[in-house]
Amino acid sequence: MKRWGGFSGTRWWSMVLKEFTQLKRDRLTFAMIVGIPIMQTALFGYAINTNPKHLDTAIISADDTDITRSFIAALENSSYFNVVATLPDEAAGREALAQGKVLFVINIPAGFTRQLLRHERPSLLIEADATDPTATSSALAAVNGIAQSVVDKEITGPLASLRGSPAPFDVNIHQLYNPDNITQYFVVPGLTGMVLTLTMVLMTGLAITRERERGTMENLLAMPVTPLEVMTGKLIPYIGIGLIQATIILLAARYVFQVPFFGNIGAVYLSALLFIAANLTVGITFSSLAQNQLQAVQLAIFFFLPNIMLSGFMFPFEGMPKWAQTIGNLLPLTYFLRLIRGILLKGNGWADSWPSVWPMMVFMVVLMFIASATYRRTLD
Amino acid sequence: MTAVANPEYAIDVQGLNKSYGEKHVVRDVSLRVRRGEIFGFLGPNGSGKTTTIRMVCGLLKPDSGSGTCLGYDIVRERAEIKRRVGYMTQRFSFWEDLSIVENLDFVARMYAIPERKAAVRKALDNLGLTARAQQLAGELSGGWKQRMALAACMLHEPNLLLLDEPTAGVDPRARRDFWDELQSLAAKGISVLVSTHYMDEAVRCHKLAYIAFGKLLAQGTAGEVIASQHLTTWAIHGDRLSELQDELRKRPGVEQTVTFGDVLHVSGSDAELLRRTVEASAGGRRAELIDTNLEDVFIYLMGKTPENGGGKA
Repeated sequence: MKRWGGFSGTRWWSMVLKEFTQLKRDRLTFAMIVGIPIMQTALFGYAINTNPKHLDTAIISADDTDITRSFIAALENSSYFNVVATLPDEAAGREALAQGKVLFVINIPAGFTRQLLRHERPSLLIEADATDPTATSSALAAVNGIAQSVVDKEITGPLASLRGSPAPFDVNIHQLYNPDNITQYFVVPGLTGMVLTLTMVLMTGLAITRERERGTMENLLAMPVTPLEVMTGKLIPYIGIGLIQATIILLAARYVFQVPFFGNIGAVYLSALLFIAANLTVGITFSSLAQNQLQAVQLAIFFFLPNIMLSGFMFPFEGMPKWAQTIGNLLPLTYFLRLIRGILLKGNGWADSWPSVWPMMVFMVVLMFIASATYRRTLD
Repeated sequence: MTAVANPEYAIDVQGLNKSYGEKHVVRDVSLRVRRGEIFGFLGPNGSGKTTTIRMVCGLLKPDSGSGTCLGYDIVRERAEIKRRVGYMTQRFSFWEDLSIVENLDFVARMYAIPERKAAVRKALDNLGLTARAQQLAGELSGGWKQRMALAACMLHEPNLLLLDEPTAGVDPRARRDFWDELQSLAAKGISVLVSTHYMDEAVRCHKLAYIAFGKLLAQGTAGEVIASQHLTTWAIHGDRLSELQDELRKRPGVEQTVTFGDVLHVSGSDAELLRRTVEASAGGRRAELIDTNLEDVFIYLMGKTPENGGGKA
C-alpha cells in the first residue's frame, strides 16, 4: 500500500474509480459532457456574428443616372447591403424602418447627379435602424469608402477635378491577428472558457453535494478515507472531462471554423488545465456552501452570469465601465479568454501569457483555502 | 496503542453532551458495552440515539464528556476507531448507482483489506448475495439493501458494530434472519450496539438502554430495566375493553393502559391503589396480576414528558 503523510494512494484511486463508474452510469450527465460543447460551438460559431452582412436596404431614388446606379451597385458589392425594395417617398422609407422590414433606407434626392457635376456638393441620406448598434455600425463605416471608390471609378476625363484632392497624408491601417474581422476567430476559442466554466463548476458542485444529499457522505466519513483523498479523488474525473470538452471545441475551431492556430497547442492545454483547476475550486467551495444539489445549481448559475457578461466573452472588455472591469478582473474566465485568444490568434509565448496566468493561480489558491476551511463542517 | 482503558468494554463513555445551537440533543449520556455483547439502544424518534452513536464512532465531536471505543479515545483517536468499527447508518448510505459487488469492492479498498477480491467474494457468499452481485444497489428491496449494508460494514472484520435502526422498514422474516446473523457474530466475540424500535428485537439484546429527550432513563438487562421502573401491571380479559380503558384512565393509581389484542394491561407505580381501582372497575371481567413486560415499561417511559423525564430541551 502506497502511503505518504496519511494520504493513501489505494484509497485515492478507489475514489477515482468509484467516481468514474458512477459517471459512466449517469447517461444524461455523460451526454451533457459531449453535448454542451458541440451545441454551444454550433450556436455561437454559426449563429453569432458581430460583423453582419447582407442587411436589407431600401432605395428611394429620385435621380436615376449612371453614377447613382453605380453607387447602389457598389453598396451591394460591398456585401453589407442587400437592396430589397425601391420605395416611392420618404414616408414609405420611414414606415419600412419602423416596421423592421429594412435596416437601411438610402435616399437619393432629385438632381443629385446634376448638382454633383456643378460642384455643388450634394448630399445622400442614409437612414439606419440603429436600435442595435452592432448590426449597423460596420455597414455604415464602410459607406464612405464605397462612395470614394465610386467617385474614383465613374468620374473620369474632364470631370476628374470633381474627385477633390486626397488628404495630404496617407493613413495605413493594418488589422492584425484577424484582418478579415471574422467573428468566429474571436468567439470559438472563447467558447472553450465558457463551456468549461459552466460544466466544471456545476458538475463538481453537484458531485459533492450529491454525496451529502444521498447520505453517502456520512458513510465516507465513517471510513478511514481522509478529506483530501475524497476531494481530489472526486475531482480527477472532471479534469479529464474538461480536457475532453476543450478538445472538442478546439477541433471544431480548427477544422470547422478554420480558426488559425498560431501558438503552441501545448500551451493551450496547459492554460486549459490551469483554468479547469481554478473552476474546480469554485465548484468545491459552492458544494460546501450549498445544502443540497438545487442550491449548488443556483450558485453555479449565479457565478455563470457575470462570467458571460463581464469577462469579455460577448462584449468588449475595454468598453465596460471601470467598476464592471473590476468585477471582470476577479473572474478566471477573463484571464483565460485573453490567454487562449492570445496564444491561438497572436501566437503569444510565455512572457506574453504570464500576466494572465498568475491572476488565475492567485484565484485558485485563495479559493482552495476557502474550500478547505469550509469542508470540515460536514457532519458537525 | 494508548491507554486501553478497560479491555472488558467495547464502549465505555461518560457524560457525553452534544448541542446543536439551542437544542441540547444528548445530555450526560454514559454507556458501557461489554465485548461480545448485543446492546440495544431504544428511545423515541429524535431522542438522541443517532447523535450518541455518531459520537461513539468519532463522526461527531462531543461538546463535553469523554470515553473510549475499543480502547481508543473517542476524541483523539478517531482514525483508529474508524478502522476497527463497522457503522451502519440509519438511512441506506451506499451508492445506489453502483452494483453490490462494486460497493463492496470500494469499501474493501477503503479499508485496504488484504486479498480484497477473495474477501468480497466471501462476504457475498456469507450473506447470500452472490447471485445478485451485479445488481445496482438502488434497485434492491429494503431487506436486501440492509443485507448489503451489513456485508459492507462487516467486510473489514470490525470488533464493534454500530447499527442505527438497521431493520427499519424490513419485513419480519428478513429481520429474524438479520438478528440470527447478529447473534452468531456476538458469539464470535464481536460487540454490537444496535438501536431499534421493535420489542421483539429488544428482548434479544443482552443489555438495553432507553434514551428520551437526550437523556438515558434506564440501562441494564431487560429484567433490570423492568425492575427499575417499579411498575405493577394487571391484565384484564373481556369485552368492551376500550370503554373500560377510557374509564380507567381517569381513575387514581392508573398511570398507563395498553391493549394487546383482547387483553388490557393496566399499570401503575402504587401497587395497592392500582389493585383497588382495577377490582372496582373490572365489572365481571377477568383481572389478574401479571409480571410487567418490557413493552409496558417502554410505553411507560415514552409517555414521560420532558419535565419529569429528561428536562425540557
